[in-house]
Amino acid sequence: MSERLALTGNDAGAEALKDVNPDVAAVFPITPQTELMHRFCSFVHDGVVDTELICVESEHSAQSACFGSAAAGARTVTATSSQGLLLMAEICAITASTRLPVVMPVVNRAISAPINIHCDHSDSMFCRDSGWIQIYCENVQEVYDNTLQAFRIAEHPDVLLPVMVCLDGFIISHTMEAAETMGRPAAQEFVGEYRPRFSLLDTARPITIGPLHLTDFYFEVKRQQIEAMDNARRVIAEVGREYGELTGRGYGHVEEYRLDDADVAILALGSTCGTAKVAADTMRRRGVKAGVIKLRTFRPLPGEELAAIIARLGAVAVLDRSVSFGLRGGPLFHEARSFAAGDGGGRMVSYVYGLGGRDIHVRDLEGIFAELARIQGGGAVGEVFRYCGLRE
Amino acid sequence: MSKLPGWRDVPLGGIIFEAGNSDQYHTGSWRAYRPVHVPERCVSCLRCWVLCPDSAVLVEDGEMAGFDYDHCKGCGLCARECPPKCHAIEMVLDRDEEAEAAKGPGDE
Repeated sequence: MSERLALTGNDAGAEALKDVNPDVAAVFPITPQTELMHRFCSFVHDGVVDTELICVESEHSAQSACFGSAAAGARTVTATSSQGLLLMAEICAITASTRLPVVMPVVNRAISAPINIHCDHSDSMFCRDSGWIQIYCENVQEVYDNTLQAFRIAEHPDVLLPVMVCLDGFIISHTMEAAETMGRPAAQEFVGEYRPRFSLLDTARPITIGPLHLTDFYFEVKRQQIEAMDNARRVIAEVGREYGELTGRGYGHVEEYRLDDADVAILALGSTCGTAKVAADTMRRRGVKAGVIKLRTFRPLPGEELAAIIARLGAVAVLDRSVSFGLRGGPLFHEARSFAAGDGGGRMVSYVYGLGGRDIHVRDLEGIFAELARIQGGGAVGEVFRYCGLRE
Repeated sequence: MSKLPGWRDVPLGGIIFEAGNSDQYHTGSWRAYRPVHVPERCVSCLRCWVLCPDSAVLVEDGEMAGFDYDHCKGCGLCARECPPKCHAIEMVLDRDEEAEAAKGPGDE
């Protein structure tokens, strides 16, 4: 039975894991993820779940434990942030390449140096080519919903890839909102029984995991991963639709907010999309037809879908909460523009914002919408690579 | 070289679903020097058989019977550990054509 609860983003992640009742969880603390697994540990302690908890000595060990556990055929989870994700990055790539469907909430936090505990997307973007699916959450409700769906997506036989469920550190992880949970029985029915395609513990069917692949076979294994990501596009949409039928909250790759008649739009990931929706509303009261392109899945990137939306608009600002040094701008801008090039590519501007958790306010986004309206009205684009909230 | 499977036919994740397959991987092609057994000097103490990391020393009826050159990587451990007064294993430079002949399907 569904319940409406007051939850932080971390709570919502833990609630989703509780409702899934995974076989194994590898646990290691790091701000701001700590409370997520802390709460989940209390469910283990209280016998609410029968998950085998592995308290490891580092994130490298956490992901290694996940690899072994998933290879043994167990439904496996962990969670991390920032430096923790970077420390486990080596094994993250191995988990993905070995096609082990681990689910991992990533509570987005800036990476050192300088040391900083607040939100940006540098950590998950650092792992964008690790072969993991990446789903970004706008609010607490989506943390619960996306975490549940992550299991269905990861374990789908046409996908078999691990999934990061990304939520903004503190902004979502430590903010309490009302959110609806499915309840254990409904969640169990939704995720279904996990049927692994092999188990290292099956002595009747011995297998070799992680053998050497040199110039003769490695390339083919990579091509299969590319195919799996392409398949994930379809599976993510199917699972999001089915989830919508069950809960009334359907999901796709992109959420279009007031785009039907929009002239200008902001494209972003995560909690900033909520702020941008408020800014779009206020700009519309001022006569600017503003909208928001909320990207939910960064990997696989729905490039054609983004391009089709961008082609309908007069000007688009792409907001990156991370930066690619030496390229300027962030990965979201460059990837979106690469698909939109030729049709709308010239009316796109890049804003890097919010690094190290610097606040982005409604007024900041209103300023960006006003700038887009000026460009859309025929004003010169000028500098493409811009910053929002940076002191000059 | 036999035709290798395309990407659709390779097991997902590089996993090998049959046991004992390392036998099919002919690591002998890695060898620079090959051990050569000199039977008339050999007392079949089988130190080489015990110490060979590739199980490439062949034994028949309790007697040292030569090498499995498909899998011997030429590390030379056997020659080094062969008792000096016997010196029944000599390391000689492997000829290219022999190294090529040792290659199996899929070897580099």
